[in-house]
Amino acid sequence: MSEPVPPAHRWGSLQKTANLQLGPNGRLRHFLTLEGLPRTILEQILDTAQSLVGVTDRTVKKLPLLRGKTIVNLFFEPSTRTRTTFELAAKRLSADVLTMNISASATKKGETLLDTLRNLEAMHVDMFVVRHADSGAAHFIARHAAPHISVLNAGDGRHAHPTQAMLDMFTIRHHKGEFHRLRVAIVGDILHSRVARSQIHALNILGTGEVRVIAPKTLLPSCPESLGVQVYHNIDEGLRDVDVVIMLRLQRERMGSALLPSGHEYFQLYGLTEDRLSLAQPDVMVMHPGPINRGVEMDSQVADGPHSVILQQVSFGIAVRMAVMSLAMRSSEAIARDLPA
Amino acid sequence: METSALSSIDIESTLDAMAAALSNQLAAAGITRPLVVGIHSGGVWIAEALFKRLRLTEPMGTLDISFYRDDFTRIGMHPEVKPSDLPLSVEERHIILVDDVLHTGRTIRAALNEIFDFGRPASVRLVTLVERGGRELPIEPNVVGIRLMLSADQHIKLTGPSPLKLSMTAAPHNAEEPDSGV
Repeated sequence: MSEPVPPAHRWGSLQKTANLQLGPNGRLRHFLTLEGLPRTILEQILDTAQSLVGVTDRTVKKLPLLRGKTIVNLFFEPSTRTRTTFELAAKRLSADVLTMNISASATKKGETLLDTLRNLEAMHVDMFVVRHADSGAAHFIARHAAPHISVLNAGDGRHAHPTQAMLDMFTIRHHKGEFHRLRVAIVGDILHSRVARSQIHALNILGTGEVRVIAPKTLLPSCPESLGVQVYHNIDEGLRDVDVVIMLRLQRERMGSALLPSGHEYFQLYGLTEDRLSLAQPDVMVMHPGPINRGVEMDSQVADGPHSVILQQVSFGIAVRMAVMSLAMRSSEAIARDLPA
Repeated sequence: METSALSSIDIESTLDAMAAALSNQLAAAGITRPLVVGIHSGGVWIAEALFKRLRLTEPMGTLDISFYRDDFTRIGMHPEVKPSDLPLSVEERHIILVDDVLHTGRTIRAALNEIFDFGRPASVRLVTLVERGGRELPIEPNVVGIRLMLSADQHIKLTGPSPLKLSMTAAPHNAEEPDSGV
């Protein structure tokens, strides 16, 4: 990745992000990570999304809420699903939305992240949706953006992908109700996955009964228990009696780097098959953030089977992103309150 | 307006009178299958009460107008939103829109906009339990239960659903909002 993010804003100093995310009234201001957010904020996002799901069934699939607001998707890293659902979410809320694939434009000409930011601010933007290959990039932009701008993280490096985790929580709640009764297993490359990290935070904040991670040692962080999870290296043991299975995407570029055997061997050891799924609860639900590597993370029969909610995750993703955009959009009173007198 | 005067209002018999007036209006207009739609939360309670009295059979609709408010830019998102639910198509239907208190008229403006995003109704009638003056938009009800003259700093609130009770409150519905006209 060519775009430099100052080292001070990487992993170590991200702990303070929770304060930056909430305004003085306790309302959402930026949405960068789930770590440190109170349960009430997560529940407010889920409840608001619930009210927004029905909008697609209307004659006019649009709400006037963000009419006159400008949202810019800053995508420093390629993405199809996340970019299109953020774009659609903004349009369904009547905002003007612009998507910039920055790796392909300004940075190639040597412009720095802050210069790009200042130029866009000068165009009277109200919200940035940021995706970047470096951990902490959205946090960096939130810290330096003008006070009227809110920043949503659409995935930063290995750090966080909070809207993906919230749409997963929404899908789980839709099918299973309360979290405290549930056993949830996350299977795959936990080490490199910003999705897994955000899911684990979300599940724990919402009081999930048991959160398990199932992965080979090479794909786990050094102290996985510190995240508040039960660790399994054997998938058959880990899947026993779970209510929800979340499969992670295996990034093919990790193969061949000695962390992973071949796709075929990974499937033998950690692939989700119908036989393995039968170890879980009879009404188990299977999730995947997409895109699926069929025959690597899971069998096609499982991906397209009765337990799979993978396509529902995509539709719910729009409602959840609409909810986060509506809740984080700065009101004129909040902006006035934040400005020095 | 004194608090004691408010609590002495018999809401049940007010609702009886409202149902009778509405029934007469519908008969005069030749409307036999109206679609009742209540605005969250108080309007839904009043709508349910009228629905029973008019012995309607088709499902009732509910609206939460939070996504259509005109003060979003100023105060941001309403913290608690309930789903809007219109079980039947509104296309070419006669709508009875029900709210608890009619004040500035802004809530009704938002509700009308929301209804039209579901389709094009044949007509919309407005029914409110209380009409209190202070209109900021040209919106008038077709059926009113009680007319009260309140000063701008006086606010009333309906609690329910059983029993339904009107009371004075120091601040509007939601403390975060300046007078929102709800």
